[in-house]
Amino acid sequence: MPDQPSSSPSCSTPSGRSTTTPRTDAAAGSAPGGSAPVALLRRPSGEAAASCPVSLPPTLSPQEAQEALADAREALLGERRLLRVEELARLAALPDDQVAALGALAHEVRLDRLGPTVEVEGILSAKTGGCPEDCHFCAQSARFDSPLLATPMLDDQEVLQAAWETKASGASEFCIVLAIRGPDERVMARLLELVPLVQRTTGLQVAVSAGILTENQARRLAEAGVHRYNHNLETARSFFPQVVTTHSWEERAETCRLVQRHGMELCCGVLFGMGETPAQRVELLGQLQELRPAEVPINFLNPRPGTPLAERPLVGAWEAIRWVALARLALPGVLLRYAGGREVTLRDLQALGLTAGINALIVGNYLTTLGRSPEEDLRMLEDLAMPVGALSAAW
Amino acid sequence: MTAVAPEPGPGDGGASHCPGCGRPLAPGPGGADAGHCPGCLPPLDPPRFCPACGRRLRVLVSPRGWRATCRTHGPLGPDF
Repeated sequence: MPDQPSSSPSCSTPSGRSTTTPRTDAAAGSAPGGSAPVALLRRPSGEAAASCPVSLPPTLSPQEAQEALADAREALLGERRLLRVEELARLAALPDDQVAALGALAHEVRLDRLGPTVEVEGILSAKTGGCPEDCHFCAQSARFDSPLLATPMLDDQEVLQAAWETKASGASEFCIVLAIRGPDERVMARLLELVPLVQRTTGLQVAVSAGILTENQARRLAEAGVHRYNHNLETARSFFPQVVTTHSWEERAETCRLVQRHGMELCCGVLFGMGETPAQRVELLGQLQELRPAEVPINFLNPRPGTPLAERPLVGAWEAIRWVALARLALPGVLLRYAGGREVTLRDLQALGLTAGINALIVGNYLTTLGRSPEEDLRMLEDLAMPVGALSAAW
Repeated sequence: MTAVAPEPGPGDGGASHCPGCGRPLAPGPGGADAGHCPGCLPPLDPPRFCPACGRRLRVLVSPRGWRATCRTHGPLGPDF
């Protein structure tokens, strides 16, 4: 596995907003009125590895920036349609001094679609480490020399205890996460017991993240009462092979479609900061527009010792706010959830994300790392006059 | 798991291994005095190795806490 993913030559550079690459219309062609803007999910036949179909324009001038923001505002709040990929690329080329304006527009759009409510969730790694996959960002892969000790699946009492901790944090959702490629029959049997048990005992909505599913597994999980199924795309199709080689981006997208087909809400997250270019981030947002998830967790890479991405730099805090805002503008009706890496990436700017498009939080600890205290997050929401409650997407 | 900890354990001033990497701690500032190797244990990480013996710990991270257990020395105390 490469130590540092490199950029596709057809995409902008990692600092790419100043690239002089001419904007192309390769990603254009899209459908107004809320339908998916461009066919980014389909791989051209016979193509072994995808190239990024998006290019960013050079950094916009002040006049161009004002026009881009006004156009986006009219599209989202006037015409009430999704932004096209080329419109998102233009917004991604705003200069740094326009990120606050971008965030303000994203906040306006969030309030328009979903109001001020913030959904709170707790998560638990119910089976840690030993995963056969090679996701380069993940400390739970058995392929890397990570300090994590692989542990078997937790018992009912340990899972219930974590669910009660979640409930005590004011959360409405609890996600049971397993570090596996996909569930075998033994794991399925455990999940089919656990999900109704947690739901019945705590009253929480239960989400599951257990990797790649078959049609039959998706159906059974839905029947067992799984509210949301998490399966992240993580990154753009054109970048994915540089961070995962043991399964394909298309396999992930297929599981996402299965989840929706069987009536579960799709939670499909992103991970920024793995070496992808800004153009590839825009590509990813376009691909999410096509998948239409209910929830999009936003993760920022927190480089893990022993993984191939251990030496990657953190995403800059201001840059992170830019991409939170762009995600909201690309996906105006989704639950956009702060997830892993926010503490180390955003530091003192965490509250700013909630006025730039975020309307959901993972509170407390993450799967294998710690977060800040739920009380700090709840106080932040109180200070922002944002009530806590359950939400559904408004596509 | 039952603690059988006759050796110096975590939190009692007897840490001899880095909880971030498991290697023996060098004496003095930045080593044994700090309780871990420089830069070895990020602030939002629970301990990964037993401070007494350097074995990998079984760590359970839950929404409001964590529990770490060494096969030899048992659970780490809350004062870790």
